[in-house]
Amino acid sequence: MRRIYLDHIASTPVHPLVLEEMLPYLKERFGNPQSLHADGQEAMAALEEAREKVAGLLGAESAEVYFTASGSESNNLAVKGLALAQREKGNHLVLSAVEHQSVLHAAKSLEKLGFTATLVSVDKQGRVDPEEVRRALRKETVLVSVMLANGEVGTIEPVAEIAEICRSRKILFHSDAVDAVGNIPVNVKTLGVDALSLAAHQFYGPKGAAALFLKKATRILPLIDGGIQEGGRRAGTENVAAIVGLGKAAELAAAEMAARGLLQSGLRDKLMVELPRRVDRVVLTGHPVERLPHHASFCVEFIEGEGMLLGLDMKGIACSSGSACTSKALKASHVLLAMGLDHALAQGSVVFSLVDGTTSDDIGHLLEVFPPVIDRLRKMSPLYTKYLEEKGQ
Amino acid sequence: MIYSDKVMEHFTNPRNVGVIKDADGVGQVGNPVCGDMMTFYIKVENERLKDIKFQTFGCGAAIAVSSMVSEMAVGKTLQEAMAITNTSVAEELGGLPKNKLHCSNLGADALHAAIEDYRKRQESTKKGEPAGQVPPPESKEEHEECFCPYCEGPIEGLDEFCHSCEVELEECPECGKYTRKGDETCISCGAALPRK
Repeated sequence: MRRIYLDHIASTPVHPLVLEEMLPYLKERFGNPQSLHADGQEAMAALEEAREKVAGLLGAESAEVYFTASGSESNNLAVKGLALAQREKGNHLVLSAVEHQSVLHAAKSLEKLGFTATLVSVDKQGRVDPEEVRRALRKETVLVSVMLANGEVGTIEPVAEIAEICRSRKILFHSDAVDAVGNIPVNVKTLGVDALSLAAHQFYGPKGAAALFLKKATRILPLIDGGIQEGGRRAGTENVAAIVGLGKAAELAAAEMAARGLLQSGLRDKLMVELPRRVDRVVLTGHPVERLPHHASFCVEFIEGEGMLLGLDMKGIACSSGSACTSKALKASHVLLAMGLDHALAQGSVVFSLVDGTTSDDIGHLLEVFPPVIDRLRKMSPLYTKYLEEKGQ
Repeated sequence: MIYSDKVMEHFTNPRNVGVIKDADGVGQVGNPVCGDMMTFYIKVENERLKDIKFQTFGCGAAIAVSSMVSEMAVGKTLQEAMAITNTSVAEELGGLPKNKLHCSNLGADALHAAIEDYRKRQESTKKGEPAGQVPPPESKEEHEECFCPYCEGPIEGLDEFCHSCEVELEECPECGKYTRKGDETCISCGAALPRK
């Protein structure tokens, strides 16, 4: 059966050139970068080359890039590491309500250590109001963390404005840019961030390689104590092959991002316009314009997301949902609820995120397959029956 | 795939989907807040379930469970149908992922609620109250939030903490419901909780 992969936000495929670059480091170039012999130094050189490429993509200096194993780890390192390093200064954090769990739960852990966190709400399109961040700041605030783009609803946040507010108050600012880096231009200097997280598998690199940008001379406490890797800020033998892949993916993104974005946003726009035309009672979630170029997300009324996911999967289409049933914890997406969607509607969440290679034909096929999948589930739904009765049908 | 072939088969071709307009009993459980909602309609003849129809708003497991329950119960006596348990439904389906076991509770609950509704209607007819269309009972749980199992205070958003009674909660891996963190057994299903 024809498979159409529309789950970029879960992971992109690995670019063939990225894989090619990685393979020698899983074979003959297996040295430990910390070894002084030639084998080790070969791996070290590869590591530093990757660091330069990632720095290049971000407009940062190489020495400001720290490799980690996941976007979640980068977020944890930033939130916990920056907060704990400033413990003497204060104990208050400000986060947006739509942050990734790795930011929210990191803050929750800090609460057990005497920190408090203020969650800044978002509007109906998932946007944070920078003025609300300003109002949430206190004398004891030591860190603000607001994501650059939201994976569930695609909305791009006004990070530069928030960073500016933080800078004027001399408060550190971190942005989780895992869904953004490699897909939209991200320049740490233009944004004015002190720290920024990214992950390779969101831009055609491998899983298991990620990074934290940390502005020069910013104090941070490590999560992992041990050796001197990553300047002592992240101990542990480096995952050289994956990091080399991250470097190559960054290099490719710098060159190809604009073209990819243009192609994907064209197809995505078609999906955003056509899908609600083909099925009634479907709403777009997130911001209609300020959103990731590969991202289209909706809520379909009267049905639940997991059934939709399974139905589409059986037709060969891979996508995501923020419904309670699709989450292990059986809770509806905190992002959709923070945007003020009611629970029943949030259960009908579905996210299509395009990847490199998605064609117009793929989107056409999705638009054909989608209505009957929805129709079948609605015919089973007591909420739809009630709706039809009230409508008088 | 996270589900057994049997679950997928019932999800793909669910039995007995629909509404019985002149049902003898209607049972509705769950609510969209917690993810699943099921409505069961039954026709009863000589204390036997002559016909069953259901509608389900919910995940693949919830749909498969509803279908399975309806198939297991049709033709059975009311007493036999009342004996259908969530365990037997999950077994018939070739097992369910642990965090989906609560769906099987709902399936049996919805059927049992329909049977209880039928019995209530029978009693009120016997008592000589005006017969005829009894409106389907309002679901008890409708429009409710997820609740703390200790004080029944609402649990909101990301919280695994009840702000009303200040109990720290965790999800029981067995039934998926909230139970007190650190307890030895789950308050809802009694399963032994793994100690860390």
